[in-house]
Amino acid sequence: MPNEQNSNQQQGNIDDSVSAADTVLLKSKIGRNLGDFVFNNITRLFAFLLFVLVVLMGYMMYRQSIPAIEKFGWKFIINTDWDPVLENFGALPFIFGTIYSSIIALIIALPLSVGIAVFLTEFTPKWLEGPLSMLVELLAAIPSIVYGLFGMFVMAPWLRQVVEPVLGDHLGFIFLFQGPPYGLGMLAAALILTVMILPIITSISRDVLKSIPNSQREASYALGATKWETIKIILEGGKSGILGATLLGLGRAIGETMAVTMVIGNNPQISASLFEPGYTMASVIANEFTEATSNLYLSSLIEIALLLFILTIVLNSLARLVVWSVTKKYVKGATL
Amino acid sequence: MTGYYRWRKIKNGIMFSLCLLSVLAALVPLFIILFYTISQGISSINWDFFTKMPKPAGEAGGGMANALVGSAILLGLGSVVGLPVGILSGIYLSENKKSLFAGSVRFLAEVLNGIPSIVVGVFAYIVIVIPMHRFSALAGGFALGILMMPVVTRTTEEMMNLVPNSYREAALGLGISRWKTTLFIILPTALKGIITGVLLSIARAAGETAPLLFTALGNRFWSTQLDQPIASLTVFIYDYSKSPFDDWIRQAWAAALVLILIILFINVTFRLVTRKR
Repeated sequence: MPNEQNSNQQQGNIDDSVSAADTVLLKSKIGRNLGDFVFNNITRLFAFLLFVLVVLMGYMMYRQSIPAIEKFGWKFIINTDWDPVLENFGALPFIFGTIYSSIIALIIALPLSVGIAVFLTEFTPKWLEGPLSMLVELLAAIPSIVYGLFGMFVMAPWLRQVVEPVLGDHLGFIFLFQGPPYGLGMLAAALILTVMILPIITSISRDVLKSIPNSQREASYALGATKWETIKIILEGGKSGILGATLLGLGRAIGETMAVTMVIGNNPQISASLFEPGYTMASVIANEFTEATSNLYLSSLIEIALLLFILTIVLNSLARLVVWSVTKKYVKGATL
Repeated sequence: MTGYYRWRKIKNGIMFSLCLLSVLAALVPLFIILFYTISQGISSINWDFFTKMPKPAGEAGGGMANALVGSAILLGLGSVVGLPVGILSGIYLSENKKSLFAGSVRFLAEVLNGIPSIVVGVFAYIVIVIPMHRFSALAGGFALGILMMPVVTRTTEEMMNLVPNSYREAALGLGISRWKTTLFIILPTALKGIITGVLLSIARAAGETAPLLFTALGNRFWSTQLDQPIASLTVFIYDYSKSPFDDWIRQAWAAALVLILIILFINVTFRLVTRKR
């Protein structure tokens, strides 16, 4: 049965291509396929559990936040009051704090990360690339609570005594640098977040730059371009991948809890000045969850968690799709 | 023409320096954080610190024995919840690379990886703390387990993919069935990598504080009961860092030093093991 064998092999089923003449083995073959069937479905079940988990998470949080959703509706996200005594809850100061601190962190982290990624892929000799990128990625391994400790006892005093007075004296006319230097505040949170999201943006940008074929570099050198002019071409090709890395970094920054809680000052106000304390969605959950006495209070906090959940899922999905669409272009068989 | 050429060379040099500067900008915080953690924490590390219970507020001395044991219990519970799902779905993904379902699971694992740990804590609170009417080690372990899943899934898949295809072909060629090939040929070959991946996920969970704040809560006393609040290293650091006592703040640094050493050790090992292939 050469034909059947061929067609089976084309489908890649080596296991099935046992010659049909071996009828003696038929019984054990069914047994084997049963094993395959069971094994495959058990692993599939566990993979499916991941699915169920994410859906369940969203549903459970939605169900618990129904009281707050019914009471406040859409006004929840534009109301600026957060008053546990009068039970008037609005999430705007937290949403503002989360987005503001993350955006500032991103503005500082993005050029640095791209710079590091370029340095690692284009400028560094091979033997140095490994150790250097390992050091940068170790930043991601340091726990959030240690960043918080560092921010609270080392960075905030430094900001209060050195950085903020200098910025206030020389750049005080800009709205960003007005007000008394507290140390703990938006600037401290943004700086800590910068360090925390550097490694993820760097490592993905590096992967993206590496996936661009060498022929592009060679073509550029052959035309007499300098290293930097070549890099500009490479960056052009990796543009959307770096955008994806940025979105991932943003998602990370938005969900960051402990370090931010310890340095942002925890005051639900909306102020453009970086010196002023703020509050983020993750911090308010961390600080007030165990203190939430009434049902509505707890429900409002869970609604904030739900908003955070949706926000990070959207950002992460977008980011993955963007990164995937870029690497797919250059790497054969790149998976999602 | 030569002037323009020189300008291009200069621009090249400037950009090189800027890239070098950004590398330094990342490395300086790393070394400052390590330096401070070591210099502030080392003085409080002694035998008592690992074996004694916390002293009442204001008294000097005491240790964090309960937090160490609590963290170990929480991580054990997390492993029970997270590892089976992580490893088996990792195996599924590496065995069914092309299927649409595998693609979406892979995608979802990435999404799960990006969900803030505090949100996972809220989920554990809703699913376990509310029905049980009390904070418990179980809820904390459950939250940590969920956080471990995506990391284990991804590393398991990657490690299984690293096994050369010729192994699989040889096994199948000898007439061994597919599931036995996976389970007894591919899996043992990838085992070293998978174990370090598991350790990596444990390292990640060990550093988590946010999901424990309102699930395991923390405990000043000795407790190993799974349905009671339990202490952990990270919540210990958080509580002590907010205290007004210098000695407690020193102990918070010391605990941070212990934590960071464990985590960095696991991370560096992981990188060394995976680089060899």
